[in-house]
Amino acid sequence: MKPTNFLLSAAAAAITAGAASAEDMTLVSWGGAYQASQQKAYAEPYMEMHPDVNIVWDESSAEAVAKLRAMNEAGNITWDVVDVVASDAIRLCDEGLAMEIDPDTHLAPAPDGTPASEDFGDLLVSECFIPQIVYSTTFGYRTDLVGDTPPDDICDVFDLEAYPGKRSLEKRPINNMEWALLCDGVPKDEVYDVLATDEGQDRALKKLDTIKDSVVWWSAGADTPQLLADGEVVMGSTYNGRLFSLIEEQKQPVAMLWDAQVFDLDGWIIPAGLSEERKQRALDFIYFATDTQRLADQAKYISYGPARKSSAPLVGKHAELGIDMAPHMPTDPNNAKNTFLYNYEFWADYRDDIDAKFQAWLAQ
Amino acid sequence: MTDASQTAGPMLAADGTPLKQSLARSLRRQKLRALFLIAPLLIFVLVSFIVPIGSMLFRSVENSIVRDTLPLTVDALQSWDEKSGELPDENVYEAFVRDMIVAIENKEHTRLGSRLNYEETGMSSLFRRSGRQIKKLDPETDGPFKEKLIDIHDGWGDVKTWQVIKTHSVPITNGYFLNAVDMRRTPDGPRMQPEDKRILVKLFGRTLFMSLVITGACILLAYPVSYLLATQPTRVSNMLMILVLLPFWTSLLVRTSAWKVMLQQQGVINDTLVWLGLVADDARLIIINNQIGTIIAMTHILLPFMILPMYSVMQTIPPSYTRAAKSMGATNWTTFWRIYFPQSIPGIGAGSILVFILAIGYYITPEIVGGTKGVFISNRIAYHISSSLNWGLAAALGTILLAVVLILYWVYDKIVGIDNVKLG
Repeated sequence: MKPTNFLLSAAAAAITAGAASAEDMTLVSWGGAYQASQQKAYAEPYMEMHPDVNIVWDESSAEAVAKLRAMNEAGNITWDVVDVVASDAIRLCDEGLAMEIDPDTHLAPAPDGTPASEDFGDLLVSECFIPQIVYSTTFGYRTDLVGDTPPDDICDVFDLEAYPGKRSLEKRPINNMEWALLCDGVPKDEVYDVLATDEGQDRALKKLDTIKDSVVWWSAGADTPQLLADGEVVMGSTYNGRLFSLIEEQKQPVAMLWDAQVFDLDGWIIPAGLSEERKQRALDFIYFATDTQRLADQAKYISYGPARKSSAPLVGKHAELGIDMAPHMPTDPNNAKNTFLYNYEFWADYRDDIDAKFQAWLAQ
Repeated sequence: MTDASQTAGPMLAADGTPLKQSLARSLRRQKLRALFLIAPLLIFVLVSFIVPIGSMLFRSVENSIVRDTLPLTVDALQSWDEKSGELPDENVYEAFVRDMIVAIENKEHTRLGSRLNYEETGMSSLFRRSGRQIKKLDPETDGPFKEKLIDIHDGWGDVKTWQVIKTHSVPITNGYFLNAVDMRRTPDGPRMQPEDKRILVKLFGRTLFMSLVITGACILLAYPVSYLLATQPTRVSNMLMILVLLPFWTSLLVRTSAWKVMLQQQGVINDTLVWLGLVADDARLIIINNQIGTIIAMTHILLPFMILPMYSVMQTIPPSYTRAAKSMGATNWTTFWRIYFPQSIPGIGAGSILVFILAIGYYITPEIVGGTKGVFISNRIAYHISSSLNWGLAAALGTILLAVVLILYWVYDKIVGIDNVKLG
C-alpha cells in the first residue's frame, strides 16, 4: 500500500470509528458456537428493535476479570455488557468491578407475572450476576472403543482395567478433585468438607495418581472433542454443548456419560463505573435479552439449559438440525439423575491454594 | 594547542565571538536536531517499553493495600507482639471494626481478603463472610468488639490471622519475590513453602534447561542449512531461502496446531511408523504433551531465527580462504574446522542469543503441546495474570526472568564477547 493510501484509509477508519462510537455497544463473550447463539437469539432481534444501537462483540470472556480490573485501574471502561461464568461474576462483584442488580426492577418478570427473583431462584448466586444458561462439565466416550459395556458411572473414568486407554481431564483442580473423592468413597454431601483439609486434598491427588499416566490434560474447551474425534482418548471431560455438537452435528461415534455432571452457570454482568447513558442502555439490553422467550430461543442454537424456570417448557427444536433440544439439556430429568453441585464459595477461597498443590503434583 | 590558546588568548570566530563558544553553539544545535529526529522513537520506547517495565518492577514489591485499607488496625498492631502466641487487645479489634466499616462502604475489604488469601488460605472467605455482619456494627456504641468478632467468625480468634495481617502490612514487601522462589514471609522471617507447594524454582530450572536444549537443536539443524544457502548458486539458494521463510510467515498458532496433528498418538508420524512396521500398534510413541513435544515444536518454530543470522555471516566468508587452504594441502575436514568454522562463529553467537532469549519467554507453544511436564515459567505467569489475579507474584516472576536474561547476556559477553556477534 502506498503511504498516502495508507494515511487516507487510516483517517477514514478513524472517522468512521468516531462516528459509530456514539451507538456502539460492546458485548463480551466466548466466541465460537456459543457467541453465535447469543448473536442470533439476543443481538439480532435487539438491533432490529433498536436501529440506533450497533452491537459489537469482543471475544475476551476468558480474561474478563483481569481485563476489567486493568480497565478499572486505568479509569476507562470500554465494555458495556460482559458474559462471564458465575465464579468470575462473584469475584467481580466482590471487588466492586461489577454493578449490583436488583432482579425485580432490572429484569423482566415471567409471562405469568412471577417476579424474576423467583423465576431465576437459587441461580442468582451473586448480587451482580444475571444468569443466562446452565451448562455442565461432563464426560463423553468413544462408543467404538469401550467394548460391550459402555461406561455409565463416573468411577469408570478411574477404572483402567475395564476401560483401558487415555482420558482427557481439565488442567486444573476444579471438578477433578471432586470426582476423585467421589470415586474414593466420599459421600456426595461431604466432598467439600473433606477437600477443605490437607488430608482430603492429598487423598484426591492420590486417587488421581492412579490414572495420572493415562491422562491428557486440556485447557481449551475444544481440546476434548478434538481428542475424541481423533481417537486419542477413549473418554474425556468437557462442556456438554461441545459434546452435543460433536455427536449431533459432526456425527462422531461418541456418547455422553452424564453421571456426576457438574452444573455451572454462565451469565451477564454490567461493569461498574459506566456513564449513566451507557448504563441505561446496558440495562435495557439485559432486560430484553434475559426475558423468558429470549432465553428459550438461545436453546435453539446450542444445548445449554435456560436459567429461568419459565423458559424450560418453551425450549423447542434445534434451528438447523430440527431435533428436539430438551433431551440434550443437562437439566433434563434423564440426564440429571445424578448431578454434582459446584460450590462457588469453596473454590473462591481454596482455588489458589489447591491450584498450587495441583500444579506441583502435575509437575512431579 | 592548549599552550597556544593560553599564550595568545582565545581564538575568535569571524563574528568576533570566541571560537570555542561558537563551536559549542553549533554542536549544541546539531545535537538538538539529532534529538529532535529521534524524539518519536525515544518517546515511543519510553511510553511503550520503559514505563510498563518500570511499573511491572514496582508492582512486584508494592503492597500498600493492607495499610491503606486498615490504617488504624496496622497502627494498633504495632504494639502487639506477634510471637507471643496471644491474641491482640481490644483496641486492635476496635480499630479493625472502624477500618472495616469504611472498607466495606468502599467495597475494598474483599480485595484485601483476596490479597491475604495468596498468603494464607481462608482469608478471603473470612473477610467476605464477616463483612456482611461487621457492616451492622456501630463503632461508638457496640463495643467491646473482641468477643463479638470472634462470634461472627472464629477466624478472628486465631492468632495466625493477626500474624498474617501484621506480617504483610509493610507498604514495600519482599513477599512476592519470596513466593516466586518458593518461600514466604512469616513472623520468624523468610521460610520455605511446604514441600507440596514448591513448584516455581523447578519451573525456572526447566525453562532454562529446555531453552538451552532448543538452542542446541537449532544450532545443529541450522548450520548445514545456512551453509547450503550461503554456498549454492543464487537460483538454488533463493529457492531454499523461500523454503526457510515460508513457515516463518505462517501464523504461529497454525504451525503449533499442525505439530499437534503430526505428533499425537494417532497422528501422522505415529501412523507412518506403524505402517512401516517400525513401531507396534499398541506401543505408539508418546511425543506430544511432554517435553519432547515442546522441544520439537519450538525448535521448528525458532529455526529461522538461527538460520538467518548464520546465513548472513556465512555469506561474508570469502570462498578464496577455503580454496587457499585446500591448495596448500589441507583436507576437507581441516579446511572446514580450521578455516571456515571459526569465521562462522559470530553467526552462531547471534543466532543463539536470539533463539535462547525468545525461547525463555515462550508461552503459547508449550501451552498447546507441552502437556504438564513441558510447560515453562511463562505459563505460570499467564495463570497469575489472568486466572488467580495475583499480579504481584506475576510481576515478581517476570522481573526474575528479566534479571536471568540480563545475567546470562552478561555472562555470554564475558565468555564469547558481544563484539563477536554479527548479524551480517
